[in-house]
Amino acid sequence: MKTNLKQIKEKVIESILMLSSAATSITVILIVFFLFIEGAGVFSKKPIEDGFLLAVAADNPVKKLEPSQIKDIFDQKIKNWKEVGGKDEAIVLFRTSDISQYYTDEELGENFEYFPAKINELIAKTPGIVAFFSDKYKAKDFKGRELDIDRIKVFEFLSGEEWFPTAQPIAQMGVKPLIYGTLWVSFGAILLALPIGLAAAIYLSEIAKKRTRSLLKPLIELLAGIPSVVYGFFGLVVIVPLIQSLFNLPVGETALAGSVVLAIMALPTIITISEDAMRNTPRAMKEASLALGASQWQTIYKVVIPYSASGITAGAILGIGRAIGETMAVLMVTGNAAVIPKSFLAPVRTIPATIAAELGEAPNGGLHYEALFALGCILFLITFGINMLVEMVTNKQSHKKH
Amino acid sequence: MTKEIRLAKKKRRNQKIAFGLFSLISYAVVAILFVILAFIVIKGIGVISWEFISAMPSNGMTEGGIYPAIIGTLCLVLVSMVFAFPVGVLAAIYMNEYVKEGWPKKIIKQMTNNLAGVPSIVFGLFGMSLFVNKMGFGDSILAGGLTLGLLVLPIVIRTTEESLKAVDDTFRQASFGLGASKWETTSKIVFPIAFPNIITGLILSIGRVSGETAPILFTVAAYFLPKLPTSIFDQAMALPYHLYVIATSGTNIEASRAMAYGTALILIIIVLISNLLANALRKYYGKKVKMN
Repeated sequence: MKTNLKQIKEKVIESILMLSSAATSITVILIVFFLFIEGAGVFSKKPIEDGFLLAVAADNPVKKLEPSQIKDIFDQKIKNWKEVGGKDEAIVLFRTSDISQYYTDEELGENFEYFPAKINELIAKTPGIVAFFSDKYKAKDFKGRELDIDRIKVFEFLSGEEWFPTAQPIAQMGVKPLIYGTLWVSFGAILLALPIGLAAAIYLSEIAKKRTRSLLKPLIELLAGIPSVVYGFFGLVVIVPLIQSLFNLPVGETALAGSVVLAIMALPTIITISEDAMRNTPRAMKEASLALGASQWQTIYKVVIPYSASGITAGAILGIGRAIGETMAVLMVTGNAAVIPKSFLAPVRTIPATIAAELGEAPNGGLHYEALFALGCILFLITFGINMLVEMVTNKQSHKKH
Repeated sequence: MTKEIRLAKKKRRNQKIAFGLFSLISYAVVAILFVILAFIVIKGIGVISWEFISAMPSNGMTEGGIYPAIIGTLCLVLVSMVFAFPVGVLAAIYMNEYVKEGWPKKIIKQMTNNLAGVPSIVFGLFGMSLFVNKMGFGDSILAGGLTLGLLVLPIVIRTTEESLKAVDDTFRQASFGLGASKWETTSKIVFPIAFPNIITGLILSIGRVSGETAPILFTVAAYFLPKLPTSIFDQAMALPYHLYVIATSGTNIEASRAMAYGTALILIIIVLISNLLANALRKYYGKKVKMN
């Protein structure tokens, strides 16, 4: 009887342990689920603010417009309906604030009670009109026709070059500048950090005395422990003004500033992982090289580095992954201009920085909110892919050993 | 003959130059650390006073102290650890002591690695979507603490696993030989031996949690809240977010610079203390185990 009870207890404990070990897997699945559910919303809604509508005259043959066409119309880049497949008719723009050009205050009534009727009248008598107004001003006997707007397509979302998620009348959600910004800053960081990190890793694993190594290594690891917001602050008060005066720029918040800060943050990752890989080089291989008359330096670059190449690659890829996902430091030093970067000395904006800067202002469940979750999906997919790549590279290394 | 000597000389010279360069670069990396630390210590030390750590911020966060931010960060650390420590340790025990090699273990390992690679801002999005909106916790210490807990879970699991792996198998065999069950062996023999190292991991994750900003932006952090939280459903200020706010978007950035240096210094001190403490513990117990 007693042993039976004991066995049950063992089983119960084992299942509790099993459940705990499933926690990380469940979390990953939940993250994917919530991110993609919220992010997918951006592709199922019209990119116009809730409660607003675009209306045209009833006999206008144009039924449907793409978001980018609407933007061009309101930017007055498209001035005639025939450019979007309609009649040869000049486009007349109308926003709610334009009403005073057509009607006096008396005509609209003290509390704008005649507002719907007047808009109705205006749309009916102006054949080329496109009107943007709140649907509470839509009259009951509406004589115009509501314009159908295309939803944002995944391809447009990825390839669009303008990111104005709160633009009126139509939101522009093109993430290309953000993706470019992220890649520029991250690859800039790796270009700076990789040679420095490799040199330090070689020194620590092959050249330095044991005592020097045990002194330097914890210090370098400490660099990884400094919170990213402190790096951002340091970048803001030291690196940004330095870059500004060095290159004589109007502002110091640039892609370069982001790359420098990220390079410092990526150094510990690159150094520790490549150093570990180098220290795994079998002693026999190094001694064979030295016995054949090679110098220590020749041994390092002809034996140690080729042997640990996959470990070094893993370190570099992981460093890029960290850099791509880093939020606060980048947010504080890159200037956050959502344009496709042309130079390292111009402000850029990255995907994580965009999420951090805009989510607080985006109304819950709205289009902007969902677009930011879609950005999160992109970020998640990139870092997930990078993790898989690292896994592949390190697996290759462990196969080689056996 | 002379050609060979010249070549050998050249070889030696090249090596000397390369090695000199490499050591220089390594020291430069360490120098970066000291420059950052020195800069913040020098600029921030004058700000630190009893008032700074015990008073409410005042006058548009340009004067007063950061007391509510310190308390908020403490609450977040507590909630996240109450969640992540037991779950992480139990998961690691299962991974190291119970499950056999095979595909379930591989999958769990892979998923833990993947979770560790998820960017912190994605945790923020997830925490906002699940804890704040779906579960209805609102912006609260509970939502922020749980988000941070999930973020450090892979770290707790990894360090605990390593501590358990370091326990010599002879202990387990001796215990089994005496007729102890698996759980008895784990809880009475393996866990106590690994405990000091597990605590080391815990301390390091506390350092990590107290410095994270992105996950708490939308789950708990308050811009300015001159009172202490009364329950885990309250909003709170937090040190890293406070630093971000007064460094970039405060009412008067120039006037609050001094406060920013002070806050950065407090954050650095927390990280330094947790690192030093972890290292000291590791050394202390490392010696003790060897003596046995």
